[in-house]
Amino acid sequence: MSINLQALSAQLLVGLINGSFYALLSLGLAVIFGMLNIINFAHGAVYMMGAFAAYFLLNIAGIGYWPALILAPLAVGLFGMVMERTMLKWIANLDHLYGLLLTFGLALIIQGVFQNYFGSSGLPYAIPDALKGGMNLGFMFLPIYRGWVVIFSLVICIATWFLIERTRLGAYLRAATENPTLVRAFGINVPLMITLTYGLGVGLAALAGVLSAPINQVRPLMGADLIIVVFAVVVIGGMGSIMGSIITGFALGIIEGLTKYFYPEASNTVVFVLMVLVLLVKPSGLTGRAA
Amino acid sequence: MRNTISAALLGTALSLAMAGIAMAQDKTVKIGSLSDQSGLYADLGGPGSTLAAQMAAEDSGLMAKGWKIDIISGDHQNKPDIGSNIARQWFDVDKVDTIVDVPNSGVALAVNNIVKEKNGVYINSGAATSDLTNAQCSPNTVHWTYDTYMLAHSTGQAMVKAGGDSWFFLTADYAFGAALERDTTEVVKASGGKVVGGVKHPLNTADFSSFLLQAQSSKAKVIGLANAGGDTTNSIKQAAEFGIAKGGQKLAALLLFITDVKAIGLETAQGLSFTETFYWDLNDKTRDFSKKFAARMKNGAPPSMVQAGVYAGLIHYFKALEALGSNPHDGAKIVAKMKELPTDDPLFGQGKIEANGRKIHPGYLFEVKKPSESKAPWDFYKLAGTVPADQAFTPIEKSTCALLKK
Repeated sequence: MSINLQALSAQLLVGLINGSFYALLSLGLAVIFGMLNIINFAHGAVYMMGAFAAYFLLNIAGIGYWPALILAPLAVGLFGMVMERTMLKWIANLDHLYGLLLTFGLALIIQGVFQNYFGSSGLPYAIPDALKGGMNLGFMFLPIYRGWVVIFSLVICIATWFLIERTRLGAYLRAATENPTLVRAFGINVPLMITLTYGLGVGLAALAGVLSAPINQVRPLMGADLIIVVFAVVVIGGMGSIMGSIITGFALGIIEGLTKYFYPEASNTVVFVLMVLVLLVKPSGLTGRAA
Repeated sequence: MRNTISAALLGTALSLAMAGIAMAQDKTVKIGSLSDQSGLYADLGGPGSTLAAQMAAEDSGLMAKGWKIDIISGDHQNKPDIGSNIARQWFDVDKVDTIVDVPNSGVALAVNNIVKEKNGVYINSGAATSDLTNAQCSPNTVHWTYDTYMLAHSTGQAMVKAGGDSWFFLTADYAFGAALERDTTEVVKASGGKVVGGVKHPLNTADFSSFLLQAQSSKAKVIGLANAGGDTTNSIKQAAEFGIAKGGQKLAALLLFITDVKAIGLETAQGLSFTETFYWDLNDKTRDFSKKFAARMKNGAPPSMVQAGVYAGLIHYFKALEALGSNPHDGAKIVAKMKELPTDDPLFGQGKIEANGRKIHPGYLFEVKKPSESKAPWDFYKLAGTVPADQAFTPIEKSTCALLKK
């Protein structure tokens, strides 16, 4: 096969766009796992709720895309915090498996409720006027909205990384996961920090949901389809590593994009093939710590 | 004593005779609606198809005449192995007589074999592949609503006639996509056009940008969407985003359902032309049925053409059963009766079922309205043309069905 350089660079860019979603979602998963030791299977469901929140804001309250970018993650994050306080908190000291099963069950319930009321085909959400149209890059026509998604997600990813790895608040958080009793002895409200962290992780997923609403359909199962891939991304990057999940998210988006160019039939499976390879060679993931 | 014995014997003989009559007069029917209940095809079939079957049973009038009609539903999850297992269990354990709906051509073909093996009745409404009435045809199968030949010859031909003589296909990578691409390619070539390329994408893909870029760089005049449901809505939505139409390329949505148009939104979907065999707003009869149907749907949606096909197919099936007087539990016999009787129902009008199992009725070319033209929540289409019943489907002499070689 002759490789067309123009087409190839276009595919790389498209891969980067999908990678932004993988990165945002796997970042939220990594934050939650790193701080709470919960494998959050409800992540796809809250991603979907973010998109629906944006849809409701627009169609019921008449609130547009820009405020939704803040309001929807806040609302869904709040929902996540309630979930943490009322349910996840009680199983915090048990085996991972309990958290996984609980969040998986919650995801099924949330998706089921949405599907009952909105069907499976989804609802339309228009691209905001300011980001409509596209520009010709020479090798491809780039919709402005997609460009915005890449830049915005990069900023959010780096800000989150900075918050957790480089600030005092992040240091407290990391300390609280290492030794909660000791941190509490310093007068820090550890349960509150944990709740806020879960809210942050969930909010990140909801933000990804709002970002994807204009591109994909706002569908009850939009998260269920995506979450499996995102989990593969997290496994490849290494559970709990913030930077690892960001880099792997973008990298796998690109690899998937290339597969779509060279052998499209395999584009749904390439991530999992990579996952298997990584697990065979380095079970803790590329940047992960040993579980 | 002797009297008691003879009375007992007489009683036994009588009850045996009664049982015999009961056998001959068996008026119980069990129908299974097998569909995708929660995935990308659930809105066009799914729970709505089960409701359509229920309404057909109520409207048939058979229950007032002493018939007992049971309707159950199953979720094949778009997986042929799961669909086959449900079908087998339905026939072997649950004593189901008839399977209806079955969208997803892959599953539909797998179920087709099982229905034939178990001598049941198969009224397929949801699947598209024209193989069901050609290479894979069966004496137990009626293919009701539409097929890939019909789609290719109406939408495909109309596009080529309008000047779209070079095509690039986005094809769902399974039996349906392959059949639709094959049938459309034939039409395009026969009308003097050419196919410059194509790409096969996995079923249920969220992001089409890579494929659309390839379609864009192919410079084909028409991008043929040989996919369905969520795949089609995502393709159309993202094609708008990548400026496909502005670049002078046209989209041919070979298969588009009303639920898809709703999902895309009129803003993006306006002007798309495509073919269906049913639309709720065609005439008084379709409006009347759709109103009753929508009132019983959770989201108030009118019937899709697939759900309409389930209803109409069963109405005809019940007519055949009534003509036979009782349920013979012999699928081939019932289907033969269905082919013998002319069809007439409120949704598809008058028509017939060919010897190969193909139901014949007109096809309608629709165009999606502009947002300003839409007056009601589901007021989406305007009629752009009608393909007469005798031209809409594969001419019987061209069918490769083995049932026709006698």
